[in-house]
Amino acid sequence: MSVTTDRRSPWFIAAADDDLTIFDRSRPGRRAFTAPTLDVPERPLDELIPAALRRATPARLPEVSEPEIVRHYNRLSKRNFDLDTGFYPLGSCTMKHNPKLHERIAALPGHARLHPLQRPAAAQGALELMWSLQQALGEISGLPHVSLQPSAGSHGELAGVLLTRAFHEAHGQQRTKVLTPDTAHGTNPATVTMAGYDLVKIGTDAAGNIDVADLREKATDEVACLMLTNPSTLGLFEPQIKEIAQIVHDVGATLYYDGANLNAIMGICRPGDMGFDIVHFNLHKSFTQPHGGGGPGAGPIAVSDRIEPFLPRPQVVRREDGSFDLDHDRPRSIGRLRGFQGNFGVFVRSYAYIRSLGAGGLREASEVAVLNANYLLARLREEGVLEHLPAAYPRLCMHEFVLSGAPMKHELGIRTLDLAKRLLDHGVHPPTVYFPLIVEEALLIEPTETETRETLDRFAAIVADVLREAADDPEIARGAPYSTPVRRLDEAGAARQPVLREQF
Amino acid sequence: MADPNYPDDLKYHAEHDWARIDGDEATLGITWYAQDTLGEVVFFTPPAVGATLTKDEAYTEVESVKAVSDVVAPLSGEVIEVNGSLGDNPQTINEDPYGEGWLVRIRISNPTEADALMDAAAYVATLP
Repeated sequence: MSVTTDRRSPWFIAAADDDLTIFDRSRPGRRAFTAPTLDVPERPLDELIPAALRRATPARLPEVSEPEIVRHYNRLSKRNFDLDTGFYPLGSCTMKHNPKLHERIAALPGHARLHPLQRPAAAQGALELMWSLQQALGEISGLPHVSLQPSAGSHGELAGVLLTRAFHEAHGQQRTKVLTPDTAHGTNPATVTMAGYDLVKIGTDAAGNIDVADLREKATDEVACLMLTNPSTLGLFEPQIKEIAQIVHDVGATLYYDGANLNAIMGICRPGDMGFDIVHFNLHKSFTQPHGGGGPGAGPIAVSDRIEPFLPRPQVVRREDGSFDLDHDRPRSIGRLRGFQGNFGVFVRSYAYIRSLGAGGLREASEVAVLNANYLLARLREEGVLEHLPAAYPRLCMHEFVLSGAPMKHELGIRTLDLAKRLLDHGVHPPTVYFPLIVEEALLIEPTETETRETLDRFAAIVADVLREAADDPEIARGAPYSTPVRRLDEAGAARQPVLREQF
Repeated sequence: MADPNYPDDLKYHAEHDWARIDGDEATLGITWYAQDTLGEVVFFTPPAVGATLTKDEAYTEVESVKAVSDVVAPLSGEVIEVNGSLGDNPQTINEDPYGEGWLVRIRISNPTEADALMDAAAYVATLP
């Protein structure tokens, strides 16, 4: 090993390690904005806001100049790993490229500056866009009635399960159980619990499909719903979906489609045609809203005729005269799920995506997403990676696939977590790890359709390099990452003693 | 923590639990394999003293940095003591799964159930 001297200046290193907050940078009197001279008569403050409603001392706000603000947040952004920086194959999250055209369209003043309390008559363009998006999502899912209200995938799930409850109650039934596969996204059981149902898990068979015999046994008239992701979180299409739908409908339950993996099937097949009653979309996944920081998102739902009466209100509708409106007159509705109508900017971006690709383009996006996943799996095999990281279910995958790091752990002495951390040192974001739970030391890899062949080749070569390095010296991966702003995080400490508040 | 370890004086359940049987009482915990697979344990919520355990059914949960997992009872019985120190130091389950990391003590309600449990060699043979 050659010894190299660190020629970086101590000032440079200090700047690189700088973790001051915007409050630390505050100096009295500095400001980034000067209000224009008042050109209307000044009124006493007491007239505008009663003294009792005003705070006694001014809020402690950071006092910084504009360049300091710009540098502060620019510095923070560079410490992050994002989709505009590099490859981000985070399974089940569909980290596809977000076209920059959409930003321009979302920023148009009519889109960006519309007030949420604007009267429908004065917001016809926005309502038309929302209505048109509803129509498009209805067509894509094969379920004609759409509500844009839910604002996250999990929110869409909750809406779907509340709709299921309303549907059963309308038929005079109090059902108590909801079924999910043991591969389900963690949000599914959380939703079931939040909606007041008992969760029953369905097993997975040896081929990676839902265990139909187990489903048949657990599908009783106490079951309200089966929540299913297709393709599943194993990246596999359920070939018996028609039979599954039949079993669920035969006991009077609803079939719910978790749309997290819609990116594999857009324009190819439709949940409605498979027998699903309710679907949620993740507009921030399949339909290119930038995501990963907790929002804003959108989790619209589409439902069949028999669920339609219970949709949230208000609904965006087109009246007979061709005008657009918010319809509050929905007596059987489950009610409002949020204030106002949703994250409108997300609707604009997703609608722009759907319209710029068109039906053929959406289908091609899904086809290429599936092709890219299978290509990457084949490249990893060629690189010898699958010897230590075998595919959990060796068959054609859809838009993502699962590898098991169990042999790697035994043979090379590094865990999936170590591999993931070492990938950061090679400039790629790790895949999803330790999910689905049924695969030991799982890696869930989703390359998406927007990555080039060269990127996929490079990723396969990088994983192979990490394994070769581990065969030589596993300690390197165990200590990774080395090149990130922070190294291994104390995850147990973060879970048990989170510091949620900075004390002044 | 470091190396796999399955003491011979314990009885093992396929769901990666162990029981140390002492007359009509038993101490229960999770195996080295279980804690290794879970990763760092961040929360353990003990059942109440007096709670009834049913063999093969979940009686509590452990949460690790990866997931929340059920802990399955290897034997039926009534909880007579819980390991209170795990509330503040759940990582003891990782550090000493058969000693300080024990979970609960029970009064066994059906001693013949122990016959269905495995010895160390049989349990190790079930591991991947």
